[in-house]
Amino acid sequence: MNPIFKFLAELQDVTLIIWRSFVSLFSSPRYYSETIRQMDMIGVGSLPIVLLTGFFTGGVLVLQTFPTLEYYSIQNESGRSVATSLIRELGPVLSALMVSGRIGSAISAELGSMVVSQQIDAMRALGTDPIRKLVLPRIVALIVMLPLLTVGADIFGLIGGAVVANTIYNQEIPVFVESVKNGISTSDIIGGIIKPLFFGLIIGSVACHKGLSTKGGTVGVGRSVTNSVVTASIWVIIFDFFLSKALQYLLDIGRF
Amino acid sequence: MLSANDAEIQAVPADKLQPMDISDAIDQPHRSQPAIEFRDVYLAFDDNVILDGISFSVRRGETKIVLGRSGGGKSTLIRLILGLLKPDAGQILIDGEEITGYDEPEMMDVRHKIGMVFQEGALFDSLSVYQNVAYRLLERGEDDEEVEAEVRRMLRFVDLEDAIDKMPNELSGGMRRRVGIARALVGDPQIVLYDEPTAGLDPPTARTICELAIKLRDLQDVSSIFVTHEMNNVRYLSSEYATVNDAGEVIYEKEGERLCLINTEIIMLRDGKIGFQGKDEELMRSKDPYIMGFIHGKLGP
Repeated sequence: MNPIFKFLAELQDVTLIIWRSFVSLFSSPRYYSETIRQMDMIGVGSLPIVLLTGFFTGGVLVLQTFPTLEYYSIQNESGRSVATSLIRELGPVLSALMVSGRIGSAISAELGSMVVSQQIDAMRALGTDPIRKLVLPRIVALIVMLPLLTVGADIFGLIGGAVVANTIYNQEIPVFVESVKNGISTSDIIGGIIKPLFFGLIIGSVACHKGLSTKGGTVGVGRSVTNSVVTASIWVIIFDFFLSKALQYLLDIGRF
Repeated sequence: MLSANDAEIQAVPADKLQPMDISDAIDQPHRSQPAIEFRDVYLAFDDNVILDGISFSVRRGETKIVLGRSGGGKSTLIRLILGLLKPDAGQILIDGEEITGYDEPEMMDVRHKIGMVFQEGALFDSLSVYQNVAYRLLERGEDDEEVEAEVRRMLRFVDLEDAIDKMPNELSGGMRRRVGIARALVGDPQIVLYDEPTAGLDPPTARTICELAIKLRDLQDVSSIFVTHEMNNVRYLSSEYATVNDAGEVIYEKEGERLCLINTEIIMLRDGKIGFQGKDEELMRSKDPYIMGFIHGKLGP
């Protein structure tokens, strides 16, 4: 198939999954316990890697930027640089990429192996809609949990930055904190929470689509997992650009 | 021979448990309506024609055995009945209701009437045997005690009550199929579809699966489609019937002078069309080289 048609067909399938999930929100049956279970797996399960990523990203930002800021004698603004880059960009994007790797792959592998072992067909044959039972709880859980994980990554990133600034560059903690406070606005925080809502939707819908469209046995499951992580990650990065532009316009972020 | 406990699943009294006579269909007009009907159904994947104008019907209490080579559209028939696939043309009727144009929510209601036994069992790996068999009832939100009673009844029917707390990965291939049958039978569907339920099983286990299908056909009046390519299954299903003896035990007897089975017919798919339709005796007498090759396991390219 022509690559453009293939892309459009996939886009149509993902859009249909999102639409059917959205419509399922408004009618019974609803699978609350499955949604809570997914929230636990996605949110609590991903917490350590996301916090670790945030901590070391904050740390390395200070490590790399502090000498430059020092050169211009504005090293007291190191907190501001870390906070703005973390909260606006790196927190949401890196959390989404980590979750895409950990959860997107797990979702597509689980659904893919259910497809090849006919469990999805069995579910439909038993009168259950897989979109309602499997897809919707995962998408909802990702949309709810990814912003919370992002906030956790942001906080640990700032802690990482403060630790590096203090231990390596001997900057006083209150100076760093004051710089952070001056550097970020409410709009930054709102923007940093809006982005992961969309990223959660992207990761969930792409992973579910790739899983449910698995073909070709166990080899196909492996292919679905790879495609899911790569596609979701690329879409997160592309969407991040357009979301940043939209948020700049809507929330007046990053303009002086 | 199965125990008396197994007979409790029967819906009709033991003295009436004989294969249907043609006069029953006349006495009970609703029985004249086929449980499943295909009318000139076409299906192709790209240029590959899978079904090329298939028409047949399955009467109530009848078993249609569908034979054919691998990839010949046998399983596709079943997927069409369940609405997992849609035909390119033609009509499919379940209980006289045309389902061809139904969307997914409408098909959910139709699927409640149908039990489906998958090739490998298709049990949900993350759920126990109990949860698998109870799946349909739990989805309906039925009372826990009633669910457990029904699950135990079904597991007794397939002689697996002891496995109720096991996970699917602890079961053998044959046990998985039997749990699959128990799951399909919950809610007493009047239509059961078997998709190669004995593939890869040892002969005694395959025989047990066939006996379950015979028991459902003759004691429960279930209409079914039994997809297979194993001639042993054809022999069992088309020459034996289940009845209940004086001790209340389910027994299997061969058709003969006393009783001739009229509730089982064979369909053979060939190049997307029905290559043969009739009784097992007619199949065995056929001089068609393709059919003879199929029966004797020497199918040409």
